[in-house]
Amino acid sequence: MKLEVPTLASLQAEGKKASVVFWVGCAGSFDDRAKKITKAFVKILNHTQTSFAVLGTEEACTGDPAKRAGNEFLFQMQALQNISTLDQYGVTKIVTTCPHCFNTLKNEYPELGGHYTVMHHTQFLKSLIKEGSLKVEGGMYKGKRITFHDPCYLGRANKIFEAPRTLIEKLDAELVEMKSCKTKGLCCGAGGAQMFKDAEQGDKEINIERTEQALETQPEIIAAACPFCNTMMTDGIKNKKQEDTVKIMDVAELIANAKNL
Amino acid sequence: MIMGYLPNFIFLALLILGGGIFTRNILRLRRNIFLGKEAHRNDRKQQRWKHMIRIAFGQSKMGVKPLAGFLHLVVYIGFVLINIELLEIVFDGLFGTHRIFATVLGPFYNFLIGSFEILALLVLVAVILFWFRRNVVKIKRFWKAEMKGWPKFDADLILYFEVVLMLLFLSMNATDVLLQQKGVEAYVKAGSFPISQFLAPLFEGFEVGTLILLERSFWWAHIIGILIFLNYLYYSKHLHILLAFPNTFYANLEPEGKFEVDAHIKNEVLLMLNPDQASTTAQADPPEKFGSSDVFDLKWTQLMNAYSCTECGRCTEVCPANLTGKKLSPRKIMMDTRDRLEEVGKNINANGGTFNDDEKQLLNNYISPEELWACTSCNACVDACPIAIDPLSIIMDMRQYLVMEQSAAPQELNAMMGNIENNGAPWPFSNQDRLQWSNE
Repeated sequence: MKLEVPTLASLQAEGKKASVVFWVGCAGSFDDRAKKITKAFVKILNHTQTSFAVLGTEEACTGDPAKRAGNEFLFQMQALQNISTLDQYGVTKIVTTCPHCFNTLKNEYPELGGHYTVMHHTQFLKSLIKEGSLKVEGGMYKGKRITFHDPCYLGRANKIFEAPRTLIEKLDAELVEMKSCKTKGLCCGAGGAQMFKDAEQGDKEINIERTEQALETQPEIIAAACPFCNTMMTDGIKNKKQEDTVKIMDVAELIANAKNL
Repeated sequence: MIMGYLPNFIFLALLILGGGIFTRNILRLRRNIFLGKEAHRNDRKQQRWKHMIRIAFGQSKMGVKPLAGFLHLVVYIGFVLINIELLEIVFDGLFGTHRIFATVLGPFYNFLIGSFEILALLVLVAVILFWFRRNVVKIKRFWKAEMKGWPKFDADLILYFEVVLMLLFLSMNATDVLLQQKGVEAYVKAGSFPISQFLAPLFEGFEVGTLILLERSFWWAHIIGILIFLNYLYYSKHLHILLAFPNTFYANLEPEGKFEVDAHIKNEVLLMLNPDQASTTAQADPPEKFGSSDVFDLKWTQLMNAYSCTECGRCTEVCPANLTGKKLSPRKIMMDTRDRLEEVGKNINANGGTFNDDEKQLLNNYISPEELWACTSCNACVDACPIAIDPLSIIMDMRQYLVMEQSAAPQELNAMMGNIENNGAPWPFSNQDRLQWSNE
């Protein structure tokens, strides 16, 4: 199936507007694993005939990793450029599959003049179900044991715990919780720019610790809602040599698969 | 009145001395805290009151660990209520009376003293269980690297203090009961003693004179003990009993994921992005220093956080870096900040009110870059703190100093930031390829 991915620039050339901008994020654009999440989400957007657009080559890093690494200057350069791009198109609503982009756009851009309604894709999908344009039934995930790993910047940082869980429950799956979940969720080890560097000296990698917690629930699928968590947990599962029995899937992928999109 | 007014004067002198040293220390504490920068936390007063009432007064975050939360509640309620008795002790001490409230309150007085005794026993039991958890069960968070030496001793000392104070209170009542029974003058028949009546047999064999001496000794030791404990607070982690309140009032009320955006820099960034505006935009005064390398660079709320920390270690216990053996411990970040601030405060005391450069700072002398770079900014420490301390903000401010003032980021992070600067993504991919996924 050919994906329909309009850009804001192309829509503007046709004199059209999109009701929501899909902020793809750097991982979603360039990382091979994350690209699959991006495509799964677009498939759902296409399926539900949602009016959306991406920025394409006009999108740039939100500045989150720079800010968390301590480079406030670079963060603000990125933010002010992105705000200028978004405002030029009159963007008011943004949805993103990355909790880091989500948090930065939602919480930190307003201080620099960028005011948008920002949604994480799990919230957006939930709203599509609520308004009736997306119907989700169990299908291939019915009865499967799925544990959900809370991304720090979605859960603890922004208190969004229910949206991803509601989606998993819509799949008629058996949602099992890890011992540390929701506000107590353990980080995957990628936040705060750790994704881009080796860990400091210690006796264990954080993603291994979290993977062990996830495996304690004996899941068939570990559901994630962040491309970075996805990478870290995938590495963790490979380290535990469980990649054939336990899959790491984004919630959007679960829904797209359940609907055979 | 046989000895005249001497005891009254001694009491007054002790009260003034104890209160005076305490006041001096609190003023120093205040001065040290306000060495920090403006924090802009005077907004949303109503929300702040609610936050304080819920988290400090209502201890809403303590219940996460039900047993510790319950024991803490017992000690907290005991501490607050038994201090009503302190009021009577102060009046009695000043006016040379004995159980002055008894005549005023009548039967209610019996209820009051009875309740205090039961609370005292509960506090005693709770404190002993606390000691047990620390020293016999050896709960892991109490035995981390940063707890060696003084922090460990401090924690035990507080428990010993509380045991001694409660025992003195009960012994004072036990001897009082006997004197009341013997109808000794000045020992008014008042109060009910559900707990100390069981201690009374210990003192039964003594004559009236010895009993009076014992009762007076317990009474004086109790009040002197309280004054000493009051003044011990400043030198101890126990300051949280006072500072938990302002600390939660002035806490960060924003979502945990929202890190502070430095408005000073915005003007500079704008000038850089649009050099043409340089002439039209009002010249912004650039900050003298980016980020924090010492306590002076932190905000006063962060410094108050440091004094408020009671080293319970709930932050460190949930820190992913610490859990996996890295050097970072959010509790140590707070303890280091407090210790450095105390060092600066002592320097100021010794130099007649001004700080003489000691060629030390919080960074490197206390907190190493290795600790700072181990943080994943996951906010678990912030969420775990029962009194809304924010170790993460200090870590981030210090990272900002390392990067913006010293260009001292780990090499891989420099590469990541270079990529963002050059091609708008943390990886070396061309921005022109951003939409390639849609054709794959």
